[in-house]
Amino acid sequence: MRRLLPGWFGWPQLDAPLLVGLLLLMAFGLVVLYGASGGSMDTVYRQAVRLGAGLVAMLILSQVPPHILRIWTPWLYGLGVLLLLATWFFGTGRSTNRWLDLGVIRFQPSEIMKLAVPMMMAWYLHPRRLPPEWTSIVVSLLILAVPAILIARQPDLGTALLVAASGGFVLFLSGLQWRLILGLAGLAAAAAPALWMVMRDYQRQRVLTFLDPESDPLGSGWNIIQSKIAVGSGGLFGKGWLNGTQSRLEFIPERHTDFILAVLSEEFGLLGVLLLFCLYLFIAGRGLHLSSLARTTYGRLLAGSLVLTFFVYVLVNAGMVSGLLPVVGVPLPLISYGGTSVVTLLAGFGILMSIYSHRNFIR
Amino acid sequence: MKIRGFSGRQAALPLKDHMLEGRQYGRRALTAYAILAGAVLLLAVRYFYLQVASYEEFATRSVNNQVRVVPVAPNRGVIYDRRGRPVAENLPAYRLELVPEKVGDVEETIAALGRIIELPPDALETFQAQRKRYRDFDSVPLKFNLSEVEVARFAVDRHRYDGIEVVPYLARHYPYGELLTHVLGYVGRLDADDLARVDSGNYRGTTHIGKDGIERYYEGLLHGTSGLEKIETNAQGRTLQVLGRDDPVHGDDLILSLDMQVQQAAWEALGDRPGAVVAIDPSDGSVLAMVSKPAFDPNPFVHGISREAYRAVVSAPGRPLFNRAILGGYEPGSTMKPYIALAGLELGAITVDDRVFSTGRFYLPGLNKPFRDWKKGGHGWVNIYGAIEQSVNTYFYQLALKLGIDRMHDNLARFGFGTRSGVDLLGENAGVLPSTNWKRGYLGQPWYPGETVIAGIGQGFNVATPLQMANAVATLANGGTRFEPRLLFARKPAGDAHARRVAAPKTERMPIVEPANWAIVHEGMRLVVHGDRGTARAVRPEPPLQMAGKSGTAQVAAQAVDEDMDENTATHLRHHALFIAYAPYERPSIAVATVVEHGGGGSRHAAPVARAVIDAWLEQGQ
Repeated sequence: MRRLLPGWFGWPQLDAPLLVGLLLLMAFGLVVLYGASGGSMDTVYRQAVRLGAGLVAMLILSQVPPHILRIWTPWLYGLGVLLLLATWFFGTGRSTNRWLDLGVIRFQPSEIMKLAVPMMMAWYLHPRRLPPEWTSIVVSLLILAVPAILIARQPDLGTALLVAASGGFVLFLSGLQWRLILGLAGLAAAAAPALWMVMRDYQRQRVLTFLDPESDPLGSGWNIIQSKIAVGSGGLFGKGWLNGTQSRLEFIPERHTDFILAVLSEEFGLLGVLLLFCLYLFIAGRGLHLSSLARTTYGRLLAGSLVLTFFVYVLVNAGMVSGLLPVVGVPLPLISYGGTSVVTLLAGFGILMSIYSHRNFIR
Repeated sequence: MKIRGFSGRQAALPLKDHMLEGRQYGRRALTAYAILAGAVLLLAVRYFYLQVASYEEFATRSVNNQVRVVPVAPNRGVIYDRRGRPVAENLPAYRLELVPEKVGDVEETIAALGRIIELPPDALETFQAQRKRYRDFDSVPLKFNLSEVEVARFAVDRHRYDGIEVVPYLARHYPYGELLTHVLGYVGRLDADDLARVDSGNYRGTTHIGKDGIERYYEGLLHGTSGLEKIETNAQGRTLQVLGRDDPVHGDDLILSLDMQVQQAAWEALGDRPGAVVAIDPSDGSVLAMVSKPAFDPNPFVHGISREAYRAVVSAPGRPLFNRAILGGYEPGSTMKPYIALAGLELGAITVDDRVFSTGRFYLPGLNKPFRDWKKGGHGWVNIYGAIEQSVNTYFYQLALKLGIDRMHDNLARFGFGTRSGVDLLGENAGVLPSTNWKRGYLGQPWYPGETVIAGIGQGFNVATPLQMANAVATLANGGTRFEPRLLFARKPAGDAHARRVAAPKTERMPIVEPANWAIVHEGMRLVVHGDRGTARAVRPEPPLQMAGKSGTAQVAAQAVDEDMDENTATHLRHHALFIAYAPYERPSIAVATVVEHGGGGSRHAAPVARAVIDAWLEQGQ
């Protein structure tokens, strides 16, 4: 009987290398944030509190055995969809309906979906034969599409794509045949013009600006141009901490949130950027390694998908800051200033740690 | 196997091969990781391209980027009176500014500055609140209007303070001080509330904004349009040179219709009694004088008044912050009689020959309490001229009953009673012109005949501001054209050689049944000053000048209104003295209303004030 519930009694089940990697990343983030916020200790303090809250969430989730999580998965998913529908009717926010105001806290239900969608798909595929059969694929895609469409309609295209990606990774990791993967990718490419049709004006503007930033250098192209100047002028070694002129003189937009990587690039140069990439690669590698040790299909698929989604954040953000991708509101994970995404990301790592540390007890 | 229980679904699908799935997952995870690494490599190449290969280009652009765009505040328009005397001007002064990012510890710096420059106790608090409006490396004003000694003291210690500068600017100054406060208002430090009602982009370089009076009402004209300066800064953000400049468009100069000599005369004639004077040109509705007493000196408010000083102003006796001219509601009393007489004539309720016998007491059927005349024993037989000249209440009690309250209301409303005059100042009081509808709406009560009787002598529910009274008598004097009173006469946009007259105010021409009726009322008012029994014969001017007027008394305590109150009555129980007048009688060029609070009788205490104002105006040959 004791073997069934080890996580509830023993010492916190945390993977030391992964934890160290995450802590290093957060520390680096706070150092950059101090400069990016114009030397505001206040901002750093508030971010540290958020990170602390995220770590607590991670600690708690790492103690919950995966089978418990699996039992609760459909409920969480159902709740998430309901909340998304609620934002449809009762959402707050200036021009978008992303936020739900619960009196005490305001939050974005779409954040829940970042965890709930891969959980639900892993839950669904868990008892089924893998690689998935046709019916499994169709149901999986439905599980993914419903929340993704609801989020896209908020409108929050960036989050919708991330949620879709996290579901896509579950399918990919489940062993979906390559010809089907290529087929779905082709289908997605064909759907791009349709996507253009449903985009709002400001979203289209962003894409157009991305394609030719110099067309409107003082208007919407400003962000991309100034961000590139900041990155480029950082050089190999950077201008030095707190010495980034692009950042200090406020040429970089959103310099402590979405564009914080531009500040890092300016002040720490290419070496700082490479150091950051190495940290991310280490975390992703360690995470995938842990996921492959999990014994259940549910645990494996979920853990793997969470790690890959985390990394997609990095790729999209770094691509956006360097002008490779259009400007979408995707933060640099664990570095950008901001609340909910920090907690969601660390909660995801808590689940990952739980899956790894409970591997010996659940088959 | 108890563990099976937790994964019961697997038992239903026995075809799952866990070993195979595990290996398959491992392959997929490895593939995914390879793709990720490839993507990161791609990114690394991109960053290498930007940061190493294109370093020169971006480094140059980053240096060139150190051009800051700094707002340049426009000069606020100067305000003149109608004869070109400046009444609100800009004087060169110095202010202390501080760049918080450069000084390090703001709190400590301000404390240190406090030892050489006099700072109010809440200087730090104010500074922190103001700072929110500025961007990084912007200079934030700490103290305005430095004295010469302070400038000199700071200059000596200058080297010790990095990021702090004494900056020249133009400070608003009101040369006439309290004499014009209630008209001009004043400018004060821009705060969050102000920013909410203006285009904040246009105010980025501005420190002060109109808080009250003309300064607030015409903020849009006075402020102008902010300019821009392109400044090259070094990597630390310090100014190296000015590269280019978009000049600001300075605010318009305003010319008011006020005449400072008339204003001064009104101010002095009131003496140290609380009260108000409004003088209007009946030919176009322009305001010649507007005084409310007591007032306060606006100049300390411009530079940031200390809390104690502000408290002293607020709690001073007579409420100096209260603009009696447009906000003060007074019972118009007998000054309403000429308008009621005119209504009676125009509606045919009375004729010029009708006579009324005044016994000093007037009874309503069924009521024991008499309505009194101010003269004990009454005035005997009077016609309409005598009724106005001697202010015979009994005549108007009867007339009011004949007219009824609603017909009276409709006629008096044409003179502007009960509605805001539309003057170019904010916060005007509408007053009250009662009617049966009004009483039902506001008090939820029916109208009683006794109330009609006292409404006939301007008492009861009637409330009017000095501005409304002046505008009404101007309308009466010019033969029935009601203007929206205007303080702004002309404006001179920056750079223009000549001032332009502003558009004529809205006017309303009232329907006239018989012009002779107006002449009768005018004559009655002339007799108030020039008749042998006129209540205001004491202020009769030297021939050939003739003027018309009407005295009034507003009840304060519940006691009978006597035209000549006992001088021994305690001041706060004395009635308010009122007087309306216009002159010259033949071709009126000025209409005045005066209120002297707790003055006592209108003809004795308010009429001389009106006379002084008229003299000051006519003396100058307009």
